[in-house]
Amino acid sequence: MKGHDLIELASRNLRESLLRNALTTLGIAVGVASLVAMLSLGVGLQDLASRRLARSGLFDSVIVYSRREAREFSRTERRATSPESSEGRALDEAAREEMARLPNVVEVNPDVRFPTEVRVEDRSFFTMVAGLPDSARSSDAFDEMQGRFFASRDADEAILQIEFAKDINAQPATLIGKDVVLRYAERQPLAATATPSAGGDGAGSAGPLGFNVVRKEKTLRIVGIIETQPFGGISNFGRGRLFLPLELAEALNTVQVANVRDLMRATPTLKSYTALTVRMTSPAQVPAAQEAIKKMGFSAFSLLDATRNLRRFFAVLDVFLGIFGSLALAVASLGIVNTLVMAILERRREIGILKALGASDGDVKKLFFAEAGSMGLVGGVLGVALGWGIGRLINFGTNVYLRQQELPPENIWSVPWWLVAGALAFSVFVSLVSGLYPASRAAKLDPVQALRYE
Amino acid sequence: MARSTIFGVIVMSGETQNGAAICAVEVQRHYRMGEELVRAVDGVSLEVRRAEFVALLGSSGSGKSTLLNLIAGLDRPTGGAIVVRGRDLAQMTSEELAGYRRHTVGMVFQAFNLVPSMTLLENVELPLRLAEAPRDARENKVRAALERVGLGARSKHRPSEMSGGEQQRAALARALVNEPGILLADEPTGNLDSRTGDEILRLIREINQQGTTVVMVTHERPLAERYAHRIVVLGDGKVISDGTDAKSEVRE
Repeated sequence: MKGHDLIELASRNLRESLLRNALTTLGIAVGVASLVAMLSLGVGLQDLASRRLARSGLFDSVIVYSRREAREFSRTERRATSPESSEGRALDEAAREEMARLPNVVEVNPDVRFPTEVRVEDRSFFTMVAGLPDSARSSDAFDEMQGRFFASRDADEAILQIEFAKDINAQPATLIGKDVVLRYAERQPLAATATPSAGGDGAGSAGPLGFNVVRKEKTLRIVGIIETQPFGGISNFGRGRLFLPLELAEALNTVQVANVRDLMRATPTLKSYTALTVRMTSPAQVPAAQEAIKKMGFSAFSLLDATRNLRRFFAVLDVFLGIFGSLALAVASLGIVNTLVMAILERRREIGILKALGASDGDVKKLFFAEAGSMGLVGGVLGVALGWGIGRLINFGTNVYLRQQELPPENIWSVPWWLVAGALAFSVFVSLVSGLYPASRAAKLDPVQALRYE
Repeated sequence: MARSTIFGVIVMSGETQNGAAICAVEVQRHYRMGEELVRAVDGVSLEVRRAEFVALLGSSGSGKSTLLNLIAGLDRPTGGAIVVRGRDLAQMTSEELAGYRRHTVGMVFQAFNLVPSMTLLENVELPLRLAEAPRDARENKVRAALERVGLGARSKHRPSEMSGGEQQRAALARALVNEPGILLADEPTGNLDSRTGDEILRLIREINQQGTTVVMVTHERPLAERYAHRIVVLGDGKVISDGTDAKSEVRE
C-alpha cells in the first residue's frame, strides 16, 4: 500500500472512534507538554545563569602575568629551571599586541592600578584607583548604578565605589556631578644623557635606566556610583575604590609597583604591565587562548573550571527535569497501547477483510503504525503548544513574584527550536514504540478466524 | 516453473494440457484441537478449468469452506499442493500470498464483509488501494465495477443503508474491481432470501460467462444444480462425488 493511501486509511480509522482517539491524543499532548515545560524551564535557567556569568566577565577572560610576577602567587610551583624561563618574558607592549592577534580575542586590557590621594569636598582620602575598560559598561556591576558610565574612553570622569562614597558623604547620591582631584605620582623618563640613578650593573644597560617621579594633579568629575565591584582579575586584593576610564588611566603614566621592581632587575624594561586581562568572544575560547599565552612564556589564569562544574550541574538538572517530564509521556504511551489493542479487538473483522482483499502482514502493521504515529504527531504538536503556554504561565507567575519582592523581572523560560523539534520527534518515536506490540498483533491475526461468520 | 515437487510436475502438465485454472493435488489441512487431530481437508484432489463454475457442496463440517480458504490463499495446506497460474500456493511466502489475493482471486462471503464505516465507493476502492493502482484510474474502475452489479447510483451510501442483496452486489463489485481471473464465493446466498439469492447467483453466472472462473461453496443443492457447471460434493474433508459433466448445459 502506498504512503498516502496508508495515511488516508489511518486518518479515517482515527476519525471513526473520534472520542477515544482524541482522549488518547490528549494524553500524549499532556505528556509532551510536561516534558516541554520542564525542559524549557531548565534551558531557560541555564541561559539565565550563563548570560549572567558571561556578563560578569569572570569566565571569558584570561588573566596574564609575567612569570616573574606569577612566582609571587605560586611559590609552591617554584622549579629549578634555567634563568631565562624563571625570569620569563616581560609583559610589555609587544606581548600585548601579540596577544591581541590571537584568534577570538576581543580585547587585551592592562591592569592599571595605583595609589593616590583623592581630594573631594575639601577632604583628603588615600585610596586605590583603578582603570576600567570601556567594555566594562556591559558588566552587570553597572546594571543598577547611580548616575551613568563614562561618556568616552578617556573622559575626565570618575565612578565611585559605594563604600568609598559613603566614607566621603553620608548621602552618596549628592556626590554625582562634583569634582575630585587626584594627586598621583607621574613617571617621567630620564633624558638620554642622564646618568642612571638606579640599577645598572652595566650588563644590560643600553638606554636611560630609571625615571623621575613627579607629583601631579588631575581633576575629574564624579558621574556614577556602583554597589558591586566589576571583575578585574584574580589578584584583585586592594581593588580600586575609585574608577576612571582605562585609557585615561594609562595616559596618566603613573608609577606602578611593577615599574619600580623592573628597575631593580638585571635586564630592566621601562614600560611593562603588572597584568593583562585578555577577553575572549566566549568562555569556550578560553582554554585554547590560555594554552597559547602560556606558550608565549607567560602565566595565564582563568576561572573556566568553575563554569565546567556549572555546566555539569545544568546537564544533571536537565536530565532530571527531562525524566520527570517523560514520566507523563510514558503514561500516555500506555494509553496508545491500550487504544490500539482495543482497536484490534473492535476491528478484527476489518483486519480480516483487508487481508482477504490482499493486504500483507506488513500493510496491516504499517496501518497501525501510521495510526499510532499520527496520534503521536498530533499529540506532539498540541503538547508543544500546551507546554509553551505552561512555560509562559510559570514565567509570568515568577515575574509577578519577583516584582512583589522588588526584584527586576527575569526570563527563566526558553523554548529553543531544537526543543520543539526534539519534543515532536520524541512524541512520534514514543508513539511508534507503543504501536509496536499492537501492530504486530494485528498483523499476525489469522484472517480465517477473523472472518469466521458468527 | 522449475519447481520439482511431484505435485508440481503433475500439475504443470495438467495445466498445459487442459488449461486448468486451479489444480489441487492431495490437499490436506489438519489441525489440532486439544488432543484431537481434526482433518478438515483430507487428501482432496481437484482440477478447475478456466471459466468453469464449480459448486463445492457439503454439510457443515465437510471441509468445503476450509478448502475454499486454502484456494483463496487465506490459509495454508498442511500437505499437498494447490497450483494456480503455475505456482504452488503452499510454497509462497506470505507476501506472495497477499499479492495473489490482490491480483488473482476475488472473494465474496456469506456475511458480505463490507467495511461498515466506509461508503460503497470506498469499500470497492479498497482492493485498488492495496494493489497500488494509479489514483486517477481508480474512480473509473470503481464506477465501472458498481455499474456492472447495478449499483452505479448508490456509491455514496454506507452498507447499513442498503439491503442484504445490495450489500452482496457491492461485495461482488469489490471482488471484481481488480479484474481477477478467479471468483471465490463462500455461501454467497446464505444471508439472503431465495429471490435475492437467485439474483445474486444470476449475476455470478453472468460474471462467469464473461470468462471468470467461479468456485462457490454452498450447502443448497438446488442452487448448485441450477447455476454451476459442476458439483463437487465433500464429506469429512474428502471428495465424495465429482460430477464433472453433470450440469454443464444447465440454463434457466
